[in-house]
Amino acid sequence: MASSVHFPGAVNSKFTTDLAFEQPSTHPAMPTYRVMDSDGIIVDESRKPSDISNEEILKWYKNMLTGTGPPAIVSIMDLIMFDAQRQGRLSFYMVSAGEEGIAIGSASALFPKDVIFCQYRETGVFQQRGFALSDFMNQLFANGKDNGKGRNMPVHYGSSKLNIHTISSTLATQIPQAAGAAYALKIQALQNPNMVPRIVACYFGEGAASEGDFHAALNIAATRSCPVVFICRNNGYAISTPTLEQYRGDGIASRGIGYGIDTIRVDGNDIFAVREVTKEARRMALENGGKPILIEAMSYRVSHHSTSDDSFAYRAKVEVEDWKRRDNPITRLRKWMEHQGLWDDEMEKEARSQIRKDVLKAFAQAEKEKRAPLRDMFTDVYEDLSEESKVQMKELGRLLDEYPGEYDVSEFEGGRKGLDEPAEQ
Amino acid sequence: MSIFPYMLGSQPVYGDTPRTLQTPNLFQAINSALDHALRTDERTLVFGEDVAFGGVFRCSMNLAKDFGSERVFNTPLSEQGIVGFAIGCAAQGMKPIAEIQFADYVYPAFDQLVNEAAKWRYREGATGGNIGGMVVRMPCGSVGHGALYHSQSPESLFTHIPGLRIVMPRSPAQAKGLLLASIACNDPVLFLEPKVLYRAAVEQVPMEAYELPLSQAEVVKEGKEVTIVSYGQPLYLCSSAIAAAEKDFGISIELVDLRTLYPWDRETVLQSVQKTGRAIVVHESMVNAGVGAEVAATIQEGAFLRLEAPVQRLGGWATHMGLVFERFNIPDATRIYDAIKRTVEY
Repeated sequence: MASSVHFPGAVNSKFTTDLAFEQPSTHPAMPTYRVMDSDGIIVDESRKPSDISNEEILKWYKNMLTGTGPPAIVSIMDLIMFDAQRQGRLSFYMVSAGEEGIAIGSASALFPKDVIFCQYRETGVFQQRGFALSDFMNQLFANGKDNGKGRNMPVHYGSSKLNIHTISSTLATQIPQAAGAAYALKIQALQNPNMVPRIVACYFGEGAASEGDFHAALNIAATRSCPVVFICRNNGYAISTPTLEQYRGDGIASRGIGYGIDTIRVDGNDIFAVREVTKEARRMALENGGKPILIEAMSYRVSHHSTSDDSFAYRAKVEVEDWKRRDNPITRLRKWMEHQGLWDDEMEKEARSQIRKDVLKAFAQAEKEKRAPLRDMFTDVYEDLSEESKVQMKELGRLLDEYPGEYDVSEFEGGRKGLDEPAEQ
Repeated sequence: MSIFPYMLGSQPVYGDTPRTLQTPNLFQAINSALDHALRTDERTLVFGEDVAFGGVFRCSMNLAKDFGSERVFNTPLSEQGIVGFAIGCAAQGMKPIAEIQFADYVYPAFDQLVNEAAKWRYREGATGGNIGGMVVRMPCGSVGHGALYHSQSPESLFTHIPGLRIVMPRSPAQAKGLLLASIACNDPVLFLEPKVLYRAAVEQVPMEAYELPLSQAEVVKEGKEVTIVSYGQPLYLCSSAIAAAEKDFGISIELVDLRTLYPWDRETVLQSVQKTGRAIVVHESMVNAGVGAEVAATIQEGAFLRLEAPVQRLGGWATHMGLVFERFNIPDATRIYDAIKRTVEY
């Protein structure tokens, strides 16, 4: 007698007479992969990072210090920008303390030609790929040298040179886009065998994974075998909402299994583990024509959600202090470097002072720059200005001319003239 | 009136070059445009729900067979997934043509269209990133029995969104030329296809590829005393009403097909109203905050002193498409005739 009739929706399912509902609580939680413990000691010597130079590791460390910084001492760029926002020199800022290991560890395993979609807490990814301090500052100050021409809120970075699409505030929209972009890379590699195969890496938080787009994306990436690595930063909070109120399953990793996607959970505070996992995920994503991989990287958001947020309204200060003391990716790497004799207090002091100087210099320069010309309010809506936009630009110009005392255009490139269309070439 | 209920008197505007003509219906014309796009540009992809076997309206017939399952394929049933996926493909330099099975089901993709597709080029700014290669096709409009969820025409929800181009063809020849122009265009385009015309509308269409300009209205029939502005399926109803009204009132009426609903051709409409002094806007979707509101307001701003009568807006009533009430809901030839009469008699 056949033990199954091969229903098309679950061909491998066998019949049973045991009336038993699957109970998630009876399944063990997926393990969290790590290489190095919170004291910076390699837990399994066979997993010791062997393909990275000490020089490279020092660069990671400095990147972490610059972009985000150890929560115990508070970051450098984060601290400066956070204060600048409080002084009214910047409209908004988002720090990423506690998640530097995920950003820099994963980015270090990607190829420069790989395509990246970020959420908004991946400053380290930009840094690791070579986004300069001036690039950060131009965007944060929304000046005319900002790629986004001052249209986006701070921290919405983007760079075609670095193959990172510009960040949008809408959560999870980037996830199905990443699946589509990966499909494009796959087809392009098929159509052009000389092309080096590439993947897409897509970052998002555990809160974003509640959006429909997350589910749509994993499902379509699985059915179309897209070479994409989904990297979920599970930092415990979506603004104020703790994971207990966000989901009831075993984190985000358990969902990957449901979509038929190879999945791993990793200790996000262990930069070596994150790098190794991402490197392997990248390799697997390109295997046999391509497939999606899900990485859930665990961490703790020690910072507030953004400068508009005071997280002590919904969580105890002692909880945050405990985390800062207990574990974070930067001190962990620092301990490892100290064990190796690569780092000491003197070097730390020197690095911090240099970084602080560099950040402040870029800060001062960016703050001085003019805004993009006023016409950039209308350009790039379509490839060419629409007839409607041209009429509206004239109308705005008329208003500025009629009421010059009411509108200060001096901070914009070209002032009032910056609204006019450039002469036809 | 023509024995074909869905034929207008005007000649297609694909130029004077000699052409090999066929007489396909609208779904076959769409199919021919998709076939051309897939054949001539390897970046073209066609996908959506049930697209591989030809699509529920047969627009993608034979494409998977001819161009392979890597380029023409089924997606899971998820509109937000389909549009998000298309945006990603386009961002990476492909030319995705995504199908939403019915316009009634586009709403899960609203966020992807409004917050992502429309704003992509603007937020990328100097990086130069854009998703201009993307076209999203969707059948829209009533067919007599579609009720609440197979009759909608949601164009005005998208004509509010700068960054998107919204196109609706009226006939097979228009559909082919406008779809090829939409595919060639470097802005994201929503291409709404009046599904009642898929089989009903038949006209001569060149087999060769050709483009019709976007954001350019067409004067389908010239006239002197009244301008009727419409698009899609109601153009045929307008045509019938015009024939009757011209006979009864001894006037001539101009009929303008907007073709692109945003950014739309204000100049052609204003020129026509400057000539006639009377205007009626007709569309199938609800009249409240519809395309007609924008057209009427533009006429009021641009031709105020020339107007002999208030601009009339005819659209579906501000209610839902109840199954048995459809013929009372959307404008028919009688309502259009009545509007002409009241405009002339004002």
